[in-house]
Amino acid sequence: MENSYAIETVGLTYNFGAQTVVKDLSLQVPKGSIYGFLGPNGAGKTTTIKILLNLLKSPADQVFIFGKEINSNRIASLKRMGALVEQPAIYGHLTGKENLVNRCLLLGIRKSKCDEMLELVGLKDAANKKAGKYSLGMKQRLGIALALVSDPELLLLDEPTNGLDPNGIIEIRNLMIELTAKHNKTILVSSHLLAEIERTATHVGIINKGELLFQGTISELQDLSKVSVKIETNDQAKAVQLLASTGVEIVQHDEHSIAIAFKNREDMGHINTLLVQHGLTVYSLAKERKDLEHLFLDITSKN
Amino acid sequence: MRSFFVSLSSEFYKSRKTLAFWSAVLLPVLICVLISWGFVAKADKLVNDPAPLLWFRYISAIIGVMGVLLLPVLVIYNTYSITNMEYKGDTWKSLFSLPLPKLSIYASKYLYIVFLTLLTMALFSLLIIATGHGIEFLKPQLKFSAYNPNELIFKFFTKLFLSSIGIISIQFLMNLMWNDFLKPFGIGFVLTILGIITSQLKWDYVNFFPYAYPNLTVQNIMQSKGGIDKIAIFDQAIYNSLICGVAVFIIGYFMVARKTIK
Repeated sequence: MENSYAIETVGLTYNFGAQTVVKDLSLQVPKGSIYGFLGPNGAGKTTTIKILLNLLKSPADQVFIFGKEINSNRIASLKRMGALVEQPAIYGHLTGKENLVNRCLLLGIRKSKCDEMLELVGLKDAANKKAGKYSLGMKQRLGIALALVSDPELLLLDEPTNGLDPNGIIEIRNLMIELTAKHNKTILVSSHLLAEIERTATHVGIINKGELLFQGTISELQDLSKVSVKIETNDQAKAVQLLASTGVEIVQHDEHSIAIAFKNREDMGHINTLLVQHGLTVYSLAKERKDLEHLFLDITSKN
Repeated sequence: MRSFFVSLSSEFYKSRKTLAFWSAVLLPVLICVLISWGFVAKADKLVNDPAPLLWFRYISAIIGVMGVLLLPVLVIYNTYSITNMEYKGDTWKSLFSLPLPKLSIYASKYLYIVFLTLLTMALFSLLIIATGHGIEFLKPQLKFSAYNPNELIFKFFTKLFLSSIGIISIQFLMNLMWNDFLKPFGIGFVLTILGIITSQLKWDYVNFFPYAYPNLTVQNIMQSKGGIDKIAIFDQAIYNSLICGVAVFIIGYFMVARKTIK
């Protein structure tokens, strides 16, 4: 019986020679989710995606696609997957449409599907142009069309918005949401920018140096972020000294602002009174939650 | 089996607009047209030749040009071109992430290169017959129609085709190992020159050197002087070419199966 994960890795470890590039990785990508696979460049994201596609051979019983071990079910697993890995793999001497026709030929799909795909990714007008002459964004769209043409249940997209303009990024974002919401697909999308996928992803996995540092839903990630109080006054140095002398926990400070740990609203009032009573002018005093991007940087800088 | 045939048809679809495919088609056309033009120009000197000799002269002129250098170079180029298509577009990774057996992908690519060589040989055979009769049409004193050369041509070109199988396998393996033009092309070219030298010098171990087989085949054909009975399709060099072809094909498959797509 199939479990509830589209992708599950169990203590996955992978080495390139003596170098360990993926270390004890246990991914759990629920069916129907958009799983943001995040990490800085060189964190092991692409290697992991290649392992999930069996392009790199994983040790036995460490990678499961829809509950089935990938090495012993390679073809059955790949039938349910579509992928865009790194820069799109396209034949530059063929037109965009011919690239899709070739894929249809290999997968036994009706050729009329090519026009639907070209329309979907906005390449209808450039269908008969040589793909080698496409811009990077157009190549990326063609790569996405190639990944989608077989109507796979699981999509692996490795940095799919690379080279796309803001409109293109929004279109891809909407396409991912539509594919999961209306067509019940599961998408694993990798990126090195949290901001890029925090609006679409339902789940997040953060990887750095081959290790999974966080895995959970977007709201679980947000819960990790502590709320602080940001204070701006006319004399920051005096304010820091005063706050420190009264035992307030200062999280960070610079010449423009001071951040202290948030306790409750009453405490914020007391601090304001304290500063004013000591002759300081308080320009602003507000609650602040660290944005996810900073949180992401914090998490990845720890290992 | 279905995946093998779809892979093979995809190879044709991908390569049909490339120089590799068109060189396999145009090379026989070009060589046959040029040599037949030479025969038309020198018709007066050939007028006393009996038809079998006339055909043999015509075929051996083409085989001499083709077999010694052009066939190995064509095979080296085609093998490079068909494999390079995947390196150029970085498409090995998409090919191997499709739900197709690796053996189908590998075998179809190899057999497509073999097919291109066979296509060249088949076109040579047909065009020699057509241009031979074309020469007679332009110069009726050259009695090409007085002799049926079909069996001779079939034997010569089958032999030449089979002699190239070993080279195809070795070049294919080199192109899988290296994403490079210079290494497989340069090594292949040097080995072809060595093949010409060793076969001309009748080196003792020349039967074990695949790059010499097309040359040995041409020598064999020339020595027959057109006598059909003196030509056997299978000789030691052809057997060795086939053994080398199969052995290297199998080694190549295990390399592909373990290939790391970095």
